[in-house]
Amino acid sequence: MTINVKTFPRLADAASALSQERGARFLAGGTLVMRAVNEADPSIETIVRSTDPSFVNISVSSGRVELGAGVTMAAILAERELSFLHPVARAVGGPAVREAATVGGNLFAPSPYGDFAAALLALDATVMLAGGVGQRELPLDEFLSRRDRGAVLVSSVAFKRPASDAFRFVKVTRVHPKGISVLSISAQLPTASGRVSGARIAYGAMGPAPVRAKAAERALEGRTLDSAGVAPALAVAHDGTAPHDDAIASAWWRREILPIHLRRLLLGEHPPRHS
Amino acid sequence: MKTPIQFRLNGEEVATFVEGGANLLDTLRESVGDLSVKGGCWQGTCGTCTVLIDGVPRLSCVTLAETCAGHSVETVAGLRRGADLHPLQSAFMERFAAQCGYCTPGMLMAAKALLDKNPNPTRENVVDAICGNICRCTGYEPIINAVLDAARSDSRRRA
Repeated sequence: MTINVKTFPRLADAASALSQERGARFLAGGTLVMRAVNEADPSIETIVRSTDPSFVNISVSSGRVELGAGVTMAAILAERELSFLHPVARAVGGPAVREAATVGGNLFAPSPYGDFAAALLALDATVMLAGGVGQRELPLDEFLSRRDRGAVLVSSVAFKRPASDAFRFVKVTRVHPKGISVLSISAQLPTASGRVSGARIAYGAMGPAPVRAKAAERALEGRTLDSAGVAPALAVAHDGTAPHDDAIASAWWRREILPIHLRRLLLGEHPPRHS
Repeated sequence: MKTPIQFRLNGEEVATFVEGGANLLDTLRESVGDLSVKGGCWQGTCGTCTVLIDGVPRLSCVTLAETCAGHSVETVAGLRRGADLHPLQSAFMERFAAQCGYCTPGMLMAAKALLDKNPNPTRENVVDAICGNICRCTGYEPIINAVLDAARSDSRRRA
């Protein structure tokens, strides 16, 4: 079946086409959509694209970061201001994938992919949705809970830049340096007078979509990042998770190793190759 | 409906027609006739279809052909320097870095992307550059050594 390809200079027009056309899918980097096209996915009748410059824009100012949804992992790696995100971007595929894979695409990546989306969840990001009649902003948690419902076009994501050294990331894989996630953990751990204040922790590959570790976050509040301080958080590390079996790991194995890697991450014990 | 596209392939302008949704890999092989680029998985997973688009490595199987209009595409067919093999090609032969040879075009292009950007890579740089390319024969060590050899021989030539 021949697919219609429609390219729009403005994101708003692309969003309109996406919502109006039956079987339309938005193409950013291609690593998800072209794979489906190659497999002759019959649900794809139209590919919608946009050449809007704002789609690939990176803005870092006044402590706020805004990333166009078409920003690639390679572009993030080239941006010195985003060095705290470099370990996350580097964990997405090999160099050729990183040149194509986008921030917006990662928000739709099915588990066990989507490590970048999990990092954005830990960073308390908001998602801007483009529409024919204007834009709409919503928290990433909410977006991820209903990302499979209907065709939406993400135009950008935004978040507050984390305090220096407050953001940590680990991706656990069987193959190095590039492997699919057994799981990933992203954590934003601000401290006040040596005690955790307002932690946000998110897991990748521990559910159908990236998931917050809310119980662990609460258990860390006011605690110090040492063995005794993190123990209550480790006891509730699994709360809210629903890992699955796949070719990379079983759900059982994911549950077994989660507290081990969370502990290492919180104590800053992960070896360099993981972070 | 077919769409006309024009792009630069290994330094020469080419024009062809593509079906809606056609990927670059199939377009190069079936429409343009460049059989040097190989397809392995068509899922963006194995890396054997790696080409350079505007100098950066891309997986041609998950690249919409239409997006290449007006851009420069390099495949392993354009790697030779006149009558001479590219240092990477020579090093791959000398180091026995190809066995079945199926991953070789993608490996060579991934390695070229690295050396074009970083002529003096470390072993870690090489491992990262080819980490998206799967080889089931060599165990990777001969490939890594070949890329390092090629970098050294190219450096000597430039000196």
